[in-house]
Amino acid sequence: MTPEDLLFSKEHEWLRIVDSIGTIGISDHAQKELGEIVYVELPKVGTKFDNGETFGNVESVKAVSELFMPASGEVVEINEELGAAPEKINEDPYGEGWMIRVRLANTEDTADLMSAEEYDDYIKEEE
Amino acid sequence: MSNNERAWTHISINERLLFEEGSAGRRAFNVPALDVPAKDVTELIEPELLRSGVPAMPELSEVDVIRHFTRISTWNYHIDLGLYPLGSCTMKYNPKINERVARMDGFAHAHPYMPAESIQGALEIQKTLENCLAEISGMDAVTLQPAAGAHGELTGILMIRAYHESRGNPRKKILIPDSAHGTNPASAAISGYVVQSIPSNRRGTVDLEALRNIVNEDVAAVMITNPNTLGIFESEIAEITELLHSHGALVYMDGANLNAMMGITRPGDFGIDVLHINLHKTFTTPHGGGGPGAGPVAVKKILEPFLPIPVIRANTDGNFFFDYDRPKSIGKVKAYNGQFGMHVRALCYILANGPEGLKEVSEVAVLNANYIRAKLKDVFAVAFESPTLHEVVFSDRLQASKDVHVWDIGKRLMDYGFHPPTVSFPLIVNGAIMIEPTETESKLELDAFIDAMRSIANEAVEKPELVTSAPHKTRIGRIDEAAAARRPVLRWKPD
Amino acid sequence: MRYIPNSQADRKQMLAEIGAESIEQLFLGIPEKLRLRRLLNIPRALTEPELLEYFRERSSKNEVGGTSFVGAGIYRHYIPIIIDALISRSEFYTAYTPYQAEIAQGTLQAIFEFQTYIAQLTGTEVANASLYDGSTGLAEAVLMAHRITKKNRFLVAKTVHPEYRAVLDTYARNLGIAVELIDYQADGRIDMSNLESRMTSDFGAVVVQSPNFFGTIENTHDISELAHSHGTLSIVNICEAMALGILKPPGEDVSEQRTADIVVGEAQALGVPMSFGGPHLGFIGTRERYVRQTPGRLVGMGTDHAGRRGFVLTLSTREQHIRREKATSNICTNQSLCALMTTVYLATVGPHGLREIAEQNILKTHYAVTEIKKRTEHTVLFSAPRFNEFVLQLDKGSPRIGLSLSRFYPELGNSVLLCVTETARRGEIDAMVQGLVS
Repeated sequence: MTPEDLLFSKEHEWLRIVDSIGTIGISDHAQKELGEIVYVELPKVGTKFDNGETFGNVESVKAVSELFMPASGEVVEINEELGAAPEKINEDPYGEGWMIRVRLANTEDTADLMSAEEYDDYIKEEE
Repeated sequence: MSNNERAWTHISINERLLFEEGSAGRRAFNVPALDVPAKDVTELIEPELLRSGVPAMPELSEVDVIRHFTRISTWNYHIDLGLYPLGSCTMKYNPKINERVARMDGFAHAHPYMPAESIQGALEIQKTLENCLAEISGMDAVTLQPAAGAHGELTGILMIRAYHESRGNPRKKILIPDSAHGTNPASAAISGYVVQSIPSNRRGTVDLEALRNIVNEDVAAVMITNPNTLGIFESEIAEITELLHSHGALVYMDGANLNAMMGITRPGDFGIDVLHINLHKTFTTPHGGGGPGAGPVAVKKILEPFLPIPVIRANTDGNFFFDYDRPKSIGKVKAYNGQFGMHVRALCYILANGPEGLKEVSEVAVLNANYIRAKLKDVFAVAFESPTLHEVVFSDRLQASKDVHVWDIGKRLMDYGFHPPTVSFPLIVNGAIMIEPTETESKLELDAFIDAMRSIANEAVEKPELVTSAPHKTRIGRIDEAAAARRPVLRWKPD
Repeated sequence: MRYIPNSQADRKQMLAEIGAESIEQLFLGIPEKLRLRRLLNIPRALTEPELLEYFRERSSKNEVGGTSFVGAGIYRHYIPIIIDALISRSEFYTAYTPYQAEIAQGTLQAIFEFQTYIAQLTGTEVANASLYDGSTGLAEAVLMAHRITKKNRFLVAKTVHPEYRAVLDTYARNLGIAVELIDYQADGRIDMSNLESRMTSDFGAVVVQSPNFFGTIENTHDISELAHSHGTLSIVNICEAMALGILKPPGEDVSEQRTADIVVGEAQALGVPMSFGGPHLGFIGTRERYVRQTPGRLVGMGTDHAGRRGFVLTLSTREQHIRREKATSNICTNQSLCALMTTVYLATVGPHGLREIAEQNILKTHYAVTEIKKRTEHTVLFSAPRFNEFVLQLDKGSPRIGLSLSRFYPELGNSVLLCVTETARRGEIDAMVQGLVS
């Protein structure tokens, strides 16, 4: 069940906004495509990224995928648990598999993101 | 023999790591006693620069060492055991005479810095090999420096860069087909170029029209494989090379598939400016479990000034020497002069075959692959309808409906006593299975392989779990690669 | 044709099943204008006896009897016969790259053992499955430090093997990496005060070799400490791996400050024939936290579904076949069979044997130096402790031993680099010294 309070990018990242802090991770569809995740490379706290920029990458045994910002912001927290347990991304992509939290540069940025329903349609089309 | 009888389990002995064996005081080798005055080493070297004791390594007797390595060797599949149908790897038989000649004293014990007059035999072998490779590939000059195919690619791209720089503009891009091997874009990137992908068309070959739209004066070169990674000969290759040349760009060819064309056609004749040759593929130097290989590079005259140093030349009295006086050379790509031990083996192979022999090699390589294609095309989906040469690509499309994928098919093949074919490559075919038998396989072995594949195709429909949970007869099952990658253990440590 | 099993009859039958009239028909996809319609102009086929004679003749033209006292990165050491006996097993040498772990456990376990040996010898936490050779290994180590630190400038000792530096230059120049050289001082070691004065955190790493090209032993631990105190990494290159049998490993010391971040080099000295320059094998060892930046192959331990221990190629997402243009390097291979030679060598000589052999190298070299000083007019340069090589500045003449340094270090005038290993018998050393007496 795709959580309804999330927004999604075409690159399969999700964004949850609470006040001006955005939490970012990858979708259930994305983690399925990647397979068992073995490692995730996340940026340092304090780094600033623009919408669409690469903020890290995620590796499974056979593939590497870049992670793209769904909005602009400054990294205020990263999920340290993923260092020892990257499989959380597979097990709970919308919860414990969250990757970074950013202070959003602005809130209009999110206009080009999809709702949960739109995202579900989007991935159906891709297949 | 029925398929169930082709391969069976067999007693093989378990063996721990060296570091878990041995005991203090054992030794397998002694050197002659010191014949110069003994001294305490601490009088010659500051004690703080010395180890306090000895490294923490196991102590073993000769029998321990022999048992250990012999036992673990029996766990390996290898070419002397059976077929490796690996596409693009050209896993052919490794002639035993090659091993004998490479071990001759004058070769094995020669130091690369000996003066030229005392190593004429080695230089002659290298020069003769260069000449043979140039003739086989239709090129003008060869360097034997690169240590492997990927290293040869890097060398070739660096020469292309030097060529463009000498004309005032290194240019920016290298074009690579989406079907190419991963080392191609990596080599381009390390040489300071940006990579742009060229699409393949419905026939599986380079889309010439699309290429026409992309080629401009920013393109330094295109890197092409011919026949391509699908085993298909790029029939428009002459048009492709002409297109690139008309824009002042060069054409690099990955020579991995040379086994399809020796004595039939030559890269130099269809417009290639530079290519690397994998001695461990076409010229049967042994794979050694993953190296050493060798990747000589052959070039046309325009690139000759840029060859890495040293270049072997003959002076007026016919003696060979290493020429370092090459002002336009790209420099050194490796210390000394290349993987000489592999050069000896490759030359022995070429001389054992002669011109008729090499042509026969390619003819039968192509025959064997087409035989497999003909006998499997009704049960496995051929990726592209175009004629293929020395390798053929199927996909798992017909099996995927039962959730049986290429890697499962590969694993199940092990139970039949075969090594799996190349799977999941090239990337442009979903669920690709690439098969290249080579000419050193007999019809008997090919038929056994075909029977096994047909049997697995049937199992994929009738009992798919048997395939998806394979292998069943090997010493060890599928290893949990995700766990191994998450928390990597890359060495033994004492508890 | 001896390596092609299919007879003419077999081929005819196969063609019938394909539905082709002749093999020529299979090549119709190649345009006629590109077809080679003559035989290749290469020597005619030789039979087995002729091949043996051909190669024997060429082998005999190489003068390899006796010792030429040359080192310079490739060393003549005793190679136990057991090594060739084991690596000649076709299970090892005709096996493919171990991508299919279930049927390649022999190769994979041997590489895992190699990785462990290298980590032990160099004192590092983790080592890879080997690289092409020491020279490309050094280039890869610098690229690795560049990736880790994102810095472009590197300080490299002039006493790092000149051919290694040349290879580094070839790799570095298109990646915007700049190499600055640090000179050596009168005793043969790196000029530490010069190094200290020039070192800043602008540099990605300091690169030194020990024993250096002149055979002189550097204090790599002091150098590592200096590098770290200035915010740069420390890379130590080793051409003569035998030295690790007795010298304190660059990766081992009381504190991390005093240990090298990357130890890289050539393992030919440990069980691999000189073979006129190749094939040999590079090695690289580093800290665990840099393992994902390490080039080349890595073998890891794992288990199957039944809990059986096994080995498997791992962390392959760093490699070219997956990352393509973002790969950490373009290395597709390790030097597996050569790594096996080194592994068997170390298993055979053991830690005490290794130390004893290393000691003999030091003592025989010392003997040669002492005799030369006593009996000849030539000058032995560089007073700092050495392993098994030394530089002789010649009073006059040009003996046919050692390596002339005029190409690499013209500032040393008429000098040669000489190497004395455990294989040089006293009589040979005496004869060599006698030859140097005017």
